[in-house]
Formats: sequence, C-alpha cells, structure tokens
Amino acid sequence: MTLLFGTSLRGKGRKRGIRIMKSIRSKIAIVAILCSAAPALAGGVETVNFRNCTWCHGTSAQGFATAPRLAGQRTQYIENQLRDFHAHIRDNPFSKQYMWGAAANVGGRTARDLAIYFSTLTPKAANDGDRAVAAVGRTIYQEGIPDSNIVACVACHGPNAEGVGEIPRLAGLESSYLKRRLEQWGEGYSAAIGPPMPHIAGTLSANDIEALASYLSFIK
Amino acid sequence: MTVIKSTIALTLLLAMLTIFFAATGRAAGTNTSAASRGDVEVKLGYCLDCHGQSAQGYRGFYPIPRLAGQQPGYLENQLQAFVERRRPNDIMSNVAHVLSPAMISALAAKFRDFNPKPLDGAPKQRVAAGKTIFQDGVPDANVAACAACHGPDATGSGQIPRLAGQLYPYIVGELSNWGKERGQNPAKPDTSAIMSPVAHSLTKPQIEAVAAYLSYLK
Repeated sequence: MTLLFGTSLRGKGRKRGIRIMKSIRSKIAIVAILCSAAPALAGGVETVNFRNCTWCHGTSAQGFATAPRLAGQRTQYIENQLRDFHAHIRDNPFSKQYMWGAAANVGGRTARDLAIYFSTLTPKAANDGDRAVAAVGRTIYQEGIPDSNIVACVACHGPNAEGVGEIPRLAGLESSYLKRRLEQWGEGYSAAIGPPMPHIAGTLSANDIEALASYLSFIK
Repeated sequence: MTVIKSTIALTLLLAMLTIFFAATGRAAGTNTSAASRGDVEVKLGYCLDCHGQSAQGYRGFYPIPRLAGQQPGYLENQLQAFVERRRPNDIMSNVAHVLSPAMISALAAKFRDFNPKPLDGAPKQRVAAGKTIFQDGVPDANVAACAACHGPDATGSGQIPRLAGQLYPYIVGELSNWGKERGQNPAKPDTSAIMSPVAHSLTKPQIEAVAAYLSYLK
C-alpha cells in the first residue's frame, strides 16, 4: 500500500493519482488481505487503512451525517487537519469527540498516504443548502462585502471553490458542516490554527454564514 | 553599448523624478484627519485578512502581494487605478470602491510599519542571474537596470513600487501580463507605461530570474 499510495505519489499530481487509483481498485481485495495478514510484508513500513476513515466519512468518502466529504479535498489540507487533530489544535466538539481519537496514531507517512488517497476520489456536490439564499452567498463569496470589511472568499479558495495547496476545497461540502465550521471559528474554536480564518469568520453574520454555506453546497 | 545603457538610465531617471515630484505634491495636499483611527485599524485588519497578518503577502488561489514596506505613493496610485479601471481586478476594484480618499491615504501610510521576512519558495538557483538583471539590465534587449528606478535595494520611491521581498508568483504574473493588466484605461494614461517596454522585452526565464532574486531581498 505504501508503495502504491505513498512513495510513488509524493508531491505528484492528481492525474497520476487517478491513474494509480484505477489500478488500485482492482487490487483492493488483495490489499485487504495483505493488510489484515501482516503489515510486515511491506518491509515493516506502515500500511494505509482508509477503511477506518470511510466507516464515518462514507464508503466513497462523500461524507455522512456529521462527517464531512473527503473526496476531492486538497492533499495538503487533509494532511494538515490530521496533524491538527493529532496535536489537539482543531478543538471543536466533534473534533474532540471523534477525530482526536481517530488521528491519535495517524501521522507522517500514513497521514500523507491517506490524504493522497482521498484527494484523488471524485467529489459530488451535497446540494443540501437553502436555494433561496444561495445567490446572496455567491455575491459574498465572489465579491465580499467591502463596506462591512468582509473579504471575498474567491481570492484564496478559487473561482470554483476548488481550493489549492493547504487551502481547502469548499465546493459541494455539506451546508451543515460549512455552517458549523464558520460559526465555531467565530466562537473561538480552533483559534490556534491561526489567521486568517478565525478573524474572517468573526466578521460574518448568521445570515452571511447561512448564505455562504448554502451557495457552496451546490458547487460541483 | 554603454552609450545605449546610459541613455536608457537617464530617460528612466527623468521619468522617475517626474513621478516622484508629482506624488510628493499630491500627498502634501491630502487630508488624512477625516478617517478616524478606529476605522483605519478595522479596515487595516480587513486588508491583512488577505495580504497576511504582517502584510507579508499570501499564496491564495491567486498570489496576493506583499504590502509590507510598500511606498505609500504607489499604494495610493494602485487603489485609485483599481477604481478607475486602469488596473482591472474585480476583487480589488470592489475593495477600493468604498474607500474614501482620506482612508486611502491613511491605509497607504500604514504598511510602512510592517517589516516581516520575505516568504520562501522561489527557485534559489535563479537568484544570481536575477541579481545581474536587476543591477545591470539586459543591454542586448534594451532593458535598463531595474535598480535605476526601483533603487539599489529595490525599495522604490513615490509611485515606483518597492519590489524587495515581493512574492515570486506575483512578480512573474505581473511582468508576464503587464500589457493586459496595467494602464488599461485609455482615457487615463498612467505611469505604468514606463514599465511596458521593459516587461515586453524580458523573456520568461529572465522574468523568473529577477522575480526569484527580488522575492528573497530583505
């Protein structure tokens, strides 16, 4: 597994990942056997068990209940989140309840391999926002509200909310998840993550958050 | 060759002096008292949301330039350029549209207070070549030394920007697209015209080299 996901993919692009993923799918059965039998078979290197993630995040990592979609998320972002759960920096209630434990033994190569795996899956849009306020959300996302000192999300998250590097993809995430994250930053959670999001989220009103979360949930 | 080089340097020096005195003249007449200190601090926090907490710049989806240590004359001119569509940029046009002249002056002066170390990440192996271009120009391509206008330490003056410590992808982007991004309002010709032939004459590798050099300059 490490050979497939990790070493060969380190720092490489999505296309290559997809190509490798295709070959991986046919080998999942074999891999599962290897994983359960003996990690030492891979020369003592850690193996990646993405199934521990998909129990909650959905079998195709499209999100489930309170667990957000991981499919198509940026590699560096996922890796950073795992690091922040591990270090207890991301400290909102669900993170404490679920992810602190889940990430307790995940780090280094394993975190990287998991991040690469999930980033290569094709995301679907949640489409679960309030359509009536999506247009308002679009305006805030693309233009900000300069009079209220609210910045345009597009500058960092990109024209299609695709994210880049350590900046997350927001397109198609569940509106409930997006809403919760924005609210919790404003409430002081995860402040140790540092600027700019805690400050930016603090400038948003409840209506702004509702509108943004709705808009983003519909982006493919 | 030396004759051509010194002619270019002299022309640029004259242009630079003209801009410098024009900028000084305008700044003296600006009233900054109209923007309250509290409003300026809040607006500054809004600028820093994108441009970085120390105005060091930020690699977002688009490269967001460093403003730290930037020349107030340059910042004022750019904010006006966004409003007047001399520099078309949807995000910054929205930002600049709501700023009063007093707020623009007050904000422009603020960034002199910041002096963070430059962001890392540019190809280090290009720095030496970039330094040569910056200091000596590219005589064969009729490109003057950047230092002639931007100063030996690339700190700029008046409407001529500081380049020291600027983000590598930002400089590459600006120099590569100068003719499409600056001086775009024919009714309002501006000082960006000085850079047009320079940006046009530089090759992609030369642009990358000079950008790499500048991005590490403190």
